[in-house]
Amino acid sequence: MGDPALSRRGFLAASVAGLGATALSGCGGGSDGGSSSGTTTIEWWNISTTEPTRTVWAGLARKFEAQNPKVKIKIVQLENDAYKSKMTALTASGKLPDIFHTWGGGVLKQQVDAGLVEDLTDGTGSWADGLLPVAKEPYLLDGKAYGIPFDIGMIGFWYNRTLFGKAGIGAPPTTWSGFLEAVTRLKSSGVTPLALAGKEKWPGMYYWAYLAMRTAGVGALRKAADSKDFTGAGFVDAGRHLKELVTLQPFQKGFLGAAYSTPTGQAATVGNGRAAMELMGQWAPVVEADAGKGLGANLGFFPFPEVEGGEGKLTEVFGGGGGHALRSGAPQAAVDFLKFFATETTDRELVRKTGVLPVVPAAESVLTDPNLKAVQTQLKAATGFQLYLDQAYAPAVGQEVNDSVAALIAGSKSPEQVAQSITGAAEEAQ
Amino acid sequence: MTSAFLPDKRSGPAVGLPPAAERADRGRSRRRARDWLTAVGFQLPALVLFIALVLLPMLFALYAALFRWGGFGMPSDYVGGDNFTRLFQDDVFLGDLWRCLVLVALSLALQLPFALGMAVLLNQRLRGRAVYRMLFFAPYVLSEAITGVLFGMVFAPDDGLADHVLGAVGLDGLGGEWFADPSSVMATLFLVMTWKYFGFHMMLYLAGLQSLPAELTEAALIDGANAWQRFRNVTLPLLAPTLRISVFLSVIGSIQLFDLVWVITQGGPDHHSETMAVTMFQFGFRRYQAGYASAVSVVMFGICLVFALAYQRFVLRRDLEGATTTMRGNGK
Repeated sequence: MGDPALSRRGFLAASVAGLGATALSGCGGGSDGGSSSGTTTIEWWNISTTEPTRTVWAGLARKFEAQNPKVKIKIVQLENDAYKSKMTALTASGKLPDIFHTWGGGVLKQQVDAGLVEDLTDGTGSWADGLLPVAKEPYLLDGKAYGIPFDIGMIGFWYNRTLFGKAGIGAPPTTWSGFLEAVTRLKSSGVTPLALAGKEKWPGMYYWAYLAMRTAGVGALRKAADSKDFTGAGFVDAGRHLKELVTLQPFQKGFLGAAYSTPTGQAATVGNGRAAMELMGQWAPVVEADAGKGLGANLGFFPFPEVEGGEGKLTEVFGGGGGHALRSGAPQAAVDFLKFFATETTDRELVRKTGVLPVVPAAESVLTDPNLKAVQTQLKAATGFQLYLDQAYAPAVGQEVNDSVAALIAGSKSPEQVAQSITGAAEEAQ
Repeated sequence: MTSAFLPDKRSGPAVGLPPAAERADRGRSRRRARDWLTAVGFQLPALVLFIALVLLPMLFALYAALFRWGGFGMPSDYVGGDNFTRLFQDDVFLGDLWRCLVLVALSLALQLPFALGMAVLLNQRLRGRAVYRMLFFAPYVLSEAITGVLFGMVFAPDDGLADHVLGAVGLDGLGGEWFADPSSVMATLFLVMTWKYFGFHMMLYLAGLQSLPAELTEAALIDGANAWQRFRNVTLPLLAPTLRISVFLSVIGSIQLFDLVWVITQGGPDHHSETMAVTMFQFGFRRYQAGYASAVSVVMFGICLVFALAYQRFVLRRDLEGATTTMRGNGK
């Protein structure tokens, strides 16, 4: 009768060991961009498994092949999570694909430190200089460029113009005290000020991350990760400011159990006009309309407010995007492809058909959606950038930030404890 | 596993045997060797699978628990018992243990008696009892993931079916935040667990009840025992083996609870519904601290093993007597 217990346990243990097996199998499968009879074959690993992007990208690869008859592009597409684990295994094995998807930040740095990524600073400088500066930020390490962006986005407040009007708020707030004031006004007009997906934790983390950027300054989050010390005054202040907000009870009923994109989740709550704001990325309008009714022209966007007396500025953005990097020693044809992928013609097609924000400034003329235009305006004017924490930090640290901030919002951790917990996780993660 | 292929003990030691007997003995030992080979040949495929997919991963988890390990490549950063020390200082894990106890206690005190009551009820001659049996058993057939999504919607604050129903009968005050409130999440979770699993236990009891000889109840009836006395002194003792198995399955199920919790709350709000398996998943597959996650799984395994062995030794012994092959009484 011990058997059911044994086999269930065994199964769980097997899944842990399965990770090891994945790593081992990864060692065997290197990509060999071999050239036979004068043709170069390039492997292009990406995560565009959904339509319409999948088809558009494949079409672009064929177009490039037509322009360069001696080059063949082999597309390998993996779903997001599968891609991440496969890449971890490949990094351990020491050989990466010729062209591969990257989010930049901590993971890219690991690969660069292992000597696996081509330095693109000189090879692409001539044409990459013209790309949107903020879009290139995630791939800049120690002043060198290791990736070329094809998408960029940022987090900000999405708000319901009607509900703001009803509460008598003229213009969106630009300071934290102004923001708290607006929250109070919305509450007294009988409107739920903010929707939050408490169950999923990452949407709550945005508040803390932005507040830390505004109090401690834009470089502080990166510096703290390097020095493994999040106990600085700025971080504790960020927690205190978040606590000020939480004390006003601004979130929808039952927010601690709410998901993000379900029919009763954060996006739907805003999309159905039942909460006035959410702090979310450039994808928010699409999800609001998908999970709820959507607000259409009634939806507005404003950047995260400044904190009075803090180091940060209104124009410093928290965000991220997608880009491509090359393995070290990748053939010249791979660089040519990156150049082709970042031309105005290609970018126009990407913006028009796949809904990404333009990284080539001239391509923004095809942007028609007013909401995306508003985000694009912010991005263009950005004076500082912080990458999403789950991409910038080691997974253990990123998760601890999410977890501790969720505890702060639920009222079980103090701002000081949040700072200590994250520091603890950073020390442990090495 | 089974002693069917163990060497035959009937053949005693061959001391000073005459040549003919010696030859016969040699023939027997050859046959014995062939038997062994046959046995090994038949068991090999199953054995290889068992070792590769169950035993080795288990031993590997035990090994990995001693390392600080990200889950990729081989573990190399040996930390000894640090993962376990950290585990037993972690409020979340200690909370997991406490919640596990709470669930076990609630299951034994409420869910199983309820299932027993329903089983006794549906064992009576009752119009449409087959329909009721099927209805009550149906939730058990549903997958945990679907159950989770379903009840996530039912208990959505304000919009969910639960609040609407309570509102319709004028009990709005009872409606709360269900899964979203740290103080009510465990109770709501237990409600869903009961809905999901009581049918299974009810079926077990029904099967047990139907195998009881009717004569005994009749005899008690003739002796003038009332319904309660008949239940307490005749039915219950005879049902005891079934009850013991049902308790065993319920406890092991509570210790390993994962899917329902993961789908509905992911352990939240603020860890108030987290179980050991959820903690293990968080660390193993979200934080990529596979060494620490292995330590969690080792502790879970230890708890299950100790419970299973103790339960078999002290509670199930009578039921298992004769059901499994033991070395006792062999060779006689």
